[in-house]
Amino acid sequence: MNNRRTKGRIRVLIAKPGLDGHDRGAKIVVRALIDAGFEVIYTGLRQPPEAVAQVALEEDVDVIGLSSMAGSHVPYCRRLKELLQDKGLDDRLWIIGGSIPVQDQQALKEIGLDGIFPAGTRLEEIVDFINERCQ
Amino acid sequence: MTTQQYKPRKKVTGASINRQDTSQPVFNESGIEIKKTYTADDLEASGGVAMVGLPGEYPFTRGIHKEMYRKRPWTMRQYTGFGNPEDTNKRFKFLIENGQTGLNVAFDLPSQIGIDSDNDLAIGEIGRVGMAVDSLRDFEVAFDGIDLEKITVSLTVNGSAAIMIAMYLAMAEKRGYDLAKLRGTAQNDILKEFIGRGTWIFPVEPSIKLVADTIEYCANNAPKYSPVSVCGYHIRESGADPAQEMAYGFVIAKAYTDLVLARGLDVDEFASRLSFNFNIYGNIFEQVAKFRAGRSLWAKIIKEEYGATNPRSMVLRMIAGGGGSGLTKEQPEVNIVRGAYYALISALSGAQTMALCCFDEAYTIPSEDAQRLSLRTMQVLIEEMGLCDTVDPLAGSYYVETLTNQMRDRMEEVMAEVDEQGGIVKMVAEGTIQAKVSAQAYKLLQDIESGEFPKVGINCYQMDEEEPEVEYHPYAEDDARKQIKRLQALRAERDTAAVENTLAKLVDDASEGVNVMPAIMAAVKAYASVGEMTDALVSVYGRYNEPVRF
Repeated sequence: MNNRRTKGRIRVLIAKPGLDGHDRGAKIVVRALIDAGFEVIYTGLRQPPEAVAQVALEEDVDVIGLSSMAGSHVPYCRRLKELLQDKGLDDRLWIIGGSIPVQDQQALKEIGLDGIFPAGTRLEEIVDFINERCQ
Repeated sequence: MTTQQYKPRKKVTGASINRQDTSQPVFNESGIEIKKTYTADDLEASGGVAMVGLPGEYPFTRGIHKEMYRKRPWTMRQYTGFGNPEDTNKRFKFLIENGQTGLNVAFDLPSQIGIDSDNDLAIGEIGRVGMAVDSLRDFEVAFDGIDLEKITVSLTVNGSAAIMIAMYLAMAEKRGYDLAKLRGTAQNDILKEFIGRGTWIFPVEPSIKLVADTIEYCANNAPKYSPVSVCGYHIRESGADPAQEMAYGFVIAKAYTDLVLARGLDVDEFASRLSFNFNIYGNIFEQVAKFRAGRSLWAKIIKEEYGATNPRSMVLRMIAGGGGSGLTKEQPEVNIVRGAYYALISALSGAQTMALCCFDEAYTIPSEDAQRLSLRTMQVLIEEMGLCDTVDPLAGSYYVETLTNQMRDRMEEVMAEVDEQGGIVKMVAEGTIQAKVSAQAYKLLQDIESGEFPKVGINCYQMDEEEPEVEYHPYAEDDARKQIKRLQALRAERDTAAVENTLAKLVDDASEGVNVMPAIMAAVKAYASVGEMTDALVSVYGRYNEPVRF
């Protein structure tokens, strides 16, 4: 599958969905992706789905990444999926990381998440996944 | 002293120390080199025993009380709250029945950032990571049947802390408690919230002004209440090393102190009510030295810099026992062992209160079984292990005393660095401190991934494991709906004019820059909602715009 939309460097959006403020993981991933040579846009905290979809559109990113630590990701991703479809962004690589209980993972795959990276994932796994899928 | 900034280091823990080449230096996480053996000469070279003193006496290195746990063991205060106030009230009572001696209230995210349960932004978040609170009525339900003189309550809330403190005081007053005698704590440390945890609402300046309002209000109206618990804890969770954790906590506590002093209060009128919350994971001796050093440094600051004369103003009271970053999702039973060591470290360090991590919290809201196991862990230490027999049992160890001196020096260096960079308020507002600790967190994870920094189950002694079976805390949609209904019923039956008048007064007081706590108390008593009061303040203060730096 080819998720690459733009020429040049791969552009990745990292967003913090919902109201949770634990951003250690999101910021670590941002740094790792920058070090891996990607262009990274970080939204900061408390992004509603509408904001994430809008930034993804404006920045024309190749990858939309969410960092969820407080459990509200399933309903959030359902809503975000509708918005991404509306904006014609459902062909972009869509990934999520953080505190993702195993029983939520199937639901997220069904919604359309391409990659799920629970806490404890090695950083290079995320980098490799993006590189492979965006070639 | 040999110190080094965070770089790949040789480790203090077992697995990766190079036992073939023992000439390799070993450093602790704060960057202090650890020798193979300590003698009286090392202690002398580090500054000797001048700052050791006696328990209960300045500079309180050995503890803030003369008899410590011999007289009364630490307060056991597990962090709890979920669903609606009825659910939380039940869990509180379960913990009290199992021997818990204080409460530590978790709020859901909408309550923490000033959003009502019927706001669209709260969808999916109501009651998820803590108890949902919309009005004074919820406090009345949550604490129903709990004796607030026997059980002290700590409110883990920051952005909306002024409102939640007012709700607690109003609820206690309604139940006939004398505010002059009421004890309890609120976290209410907004500066650390900008660095880690992230439940800010207003810009930095009005946010710290609100903290000063609560300190001033409590000093005058509820003098035994602790309105602030300064948290090095979350700064450490965000990537700070143990010496930085304490140093950043102290510069933050000083920032609040300066604001309150500027209002004309005397340091002895409020300093004794400032408390602290610190992290516990990591090297045992580094943590014990950190707390012993921190106690004496804080005492020295309050006495020498601020001129306090009452020894009670100088004591560093703290809650410790948590350290989520130290736990692992892999082999979760190992977290039970880690938790037991956390409790041991807290006890050896002279903590006043423990909120021990539960083994399942890398996954979920802790189950009743996990909470009980944490309580039993502390009770075993108290009843069976002799931790309460004598005060500061590690005192006099060449290693611990030397390290205590070195950690104190290191903390002073870090505090001086913050001053050189314009102070903590400026660094937080500009995002420079956030960027610094986040860079360290990244570096640490790289070291863990490379195996440089050993972590059992992660980079050594791994096992092929199935996703382990743990009991997940379910999200209760029904409870969320119940909470919304309760709020809507309240909106229908309360005295609307009283709500509007008190909210208008709150806006006026905020605009004029006077202490807003009396106006918040009045609005709370009129059953104004958390969201309404927050919006009133936002209309004057605006909202924080997060600086993002890498």
